[in-house]
Amino acid sequence: MTSEAADSAEAVGAIAPAADAGFLQRYGGAIEYVLIPGAAVAGALAVFGIFVMLFGKNPLDLYFYMYYGAFGTWFSWQNTLTRAAPLILTALCTALPAQLGMVIIGGEGALLIGALSATSAALLLQGMPPFVVQIAMVIAGVIGGGLWITLAGALRQYRGVNETISSLLLVYIALAILNHLVEGMMRDPASLNKPSTREIGAANMIGSIPGTDVHWGLVFGLIAAVAAYILIYHTVFGFAARVAGGNIRAARIVGLGVSKLILTICFLAGGAAGLAGMVEVAAVQGRTNANLAAGYGFTGILVAFLARQNPLAIIPVAILLGGISASGGLLQRRLGLPDASVLVLQGIIFVFVLASDALYGRIGFLKGKS
Amino acid sequence: MDFGRISRRHLLQGGAALTLGAAAGARPAFAAETTIGFIYVGSRDDYGYNQAHAQGAAALKKIPGVKVVEEEKVPETDAVEKTIESMINLDGASLLFPTSFGYYNPHIVKMAAKYPKLHFEHCGGLWTDKDPKNAGSYFGYIDEAQYISGIVAGYTSKTGKLGFVAAKPIPQVLRNINAFALGAKLANPKATTQVIFTGDWSMPVKEAEATNSLIDQGVDVLTCHVDGPKTMVENAARRGAMVCGYHVDQSPLAPKAYLTGAEWNWEALYPKFVKMIAAGESIPNFYRGGLKEEIVKTSPYGEAVSAEARKHADEIKAKFLSAEGYAIFKGGLVDNKGKTVIAAGTDRGQKDPELEKMDYLVEGVIGATS
Repeated sequence: MTSEAADSAEAVGAIAPAADAGFLQRYGGAIEYVLIPGAAVAGALAVFGIFVMLFGKNPLDLYFYMYYGAFGTWFSWQNTLTRAAPLILTALCTALPAQLGMVIIGGEGALLIGALSATSAALLLQGMPPFVVQIAMVIAGVIGGGLWITLAGALRQYRGVNETISSLLLVYIALAILNHLVEGMMRDPASLNKPSTREIGAANMIGSIPGTDVHWGLVFGLIAAVAAYILIYHTVFGFAARVAGGNIRAARIVGLGVSKLILTICFLAGGAAGLAGMVEVAAVQGRTNANLAAGYGFTGILVAFLARQNPLAIIPVAILLGGISASGGLLQRRLGLPDASVLVLQGIIFVFVLASDALYGRIGFLKGKS
Repeated sequence: MDFGRISRRHLLQGGAALTLGAAAGARPAFAAETTIGFIYVGSRDDYGYNQAHAQGAAALKKIPGVKVVEEEKVPETDAVEKTIESMINLDGASLLFPTSFGYYNPHIVKMAAKYPKLHFEHCGGLWTDKDPKNAGSYFGYIDEAQYISGIVAGYTSKTGKLGFVAAKPIPQVLRNINAFALGAKLANPKATTQVIFTGDWSMPVKEAEATNSLIDQGVDVLTCHVDGPKTMVENAARRGAMVCGYHVDQSPLAPKAYLTGAEWNWEALYPKFVKMIAAGESIPNFYRGGLKEEIVKTSPYGEAVSAEARKHADEIKAKFLSAEGYAIFKGGLVDNKGKTVIAAGTDRGQKDPELEKMDYLVEGVIGATS
């Protein structure tokens, strides 16, 4: 659905003759992409304000605290960006396969397997220079997560198994594997009441971006999102993927290797989520345990859909959702709202953005008509 | 950052002078007030682990000059670091109670090192001398209260079959199961305690299944060690079984079926901590205690508890409260595989570090640790 919309918008941009087109005709599509989701988020915030009013709270307070907790101070910004970092990577796990018309919702599983692989690599390479260990962790995380989602892609391509269901079920398998290893073979005997693997060692941690508290996962996410955008919209491979996503039979007829496309895209998607897992280990937890299953993979699905599966749009959307969760604490503390209110807001935004899909191409003045 | 906060507050006051937030911001006595932050991993009205801490927080709210800020459902990731910093930076908290076990390492350790002038008190008993001195970890010997529950359960059970719904086979949980089983055997030497592990701290569906399955096998008194005992208590009561509670008093959920329970007594401990800090005393970094130290307590007996059971339980409770104390784990203790785990003649007192590594189930418990 969304990938088709993206296709048609791209096509409009490409076909429109540049010379005689008016400003709106040329950029109407792009403006639409900012205006419609922006209006949807604004609408959602307005509805949420009414919801909060029903609880007897002042919605102006709500908006102020949301702004203050998410973007109001330098600390708030760092809080927001820290929370956004893993979401960019896990959102790619849904957005990339979406170009092929696949709905993958198993980013959480790839994240866990990526974390487990990265931890294993670090533990196997103890004593090597930190740089070597870190590179090995990245590679292991990407490969681990990548293969995990490739499994879902292969099941669909070769066995006809619905990839949405299989990727979701693979999350629970990944969690079971993680718990099994952490409570068994890989358990640090000293972790008595909180079964965990051994620590990867302080020297091997990747730390924060200098001058901030935000870890390097944010930079990884930004690079991955931009790379994904270039891959999808500016390479032959990406074009082939979008053709296959638009009409798989047509793609086969023109001789595109659909199997290869599906497996490669799934690998890259899982690799992104696996990288998020590696970052959680190497920048935050320092080891693997059940804490890693914090739901980043699931929030990533929401981010991808809100970004209409566009890798670049994932960045601002992840920051928006990071901001909502950063300000969620302040809403609890200052307004006495329950934690679930943040979920209500996320839900309202989701519904608004999905509903706003119907507006694309229907707003007259953006088409450049007089 | 502080300047920005004040000016924004003023801005808000100008805009909405009568709103709640502005009223809070306008309060001048900021310096005189001590702000204490509480962080919970689940919801604070879960009839369990988190509610016990929230009751402790509620006790602090009654102390003049103390302001309590609370945040619930904070995962054991860097989100808790950000919540801590948000409470410090935006609320001015100087004493923090991040209450979940998994918050400690690396999150609290990191924050305590970053804010050396503030106090961090963690529930779980994990502090070691390598950790920052402004961090502390307290815990209670709640197995004492479980032992009392076991006695009451042993007298009340008609079938002699008791049930225990447990989260994970880790030392803390095993110690509670064993204490409960040993207490039951004091009342009825033939009593057995069947244990089912659900695999995680909050698994309502599995907890309900475990409860039903235990009752189907003839168990007529149940207790548990999971984060929220509500599921077990309500299901067991519905099936006509009796229950012993855990974490907090669950008698409102099942007034007829509730016998007694092992409760935390944070509403006694937290005011004690705050008074110690106000008096300039330092709280020991590793703070432990049981019934005598008022860190744990037992729920009032339910109507179904016989006079005989009350008498025996009260006798043992008096021994726990006495100066010489009482050892639950006494020499000549055999596990349920027939192996002697504590040699005859050795009494393991409550403070014995060996008990912290418990990895067995005592004779009379039906179940396996792996």
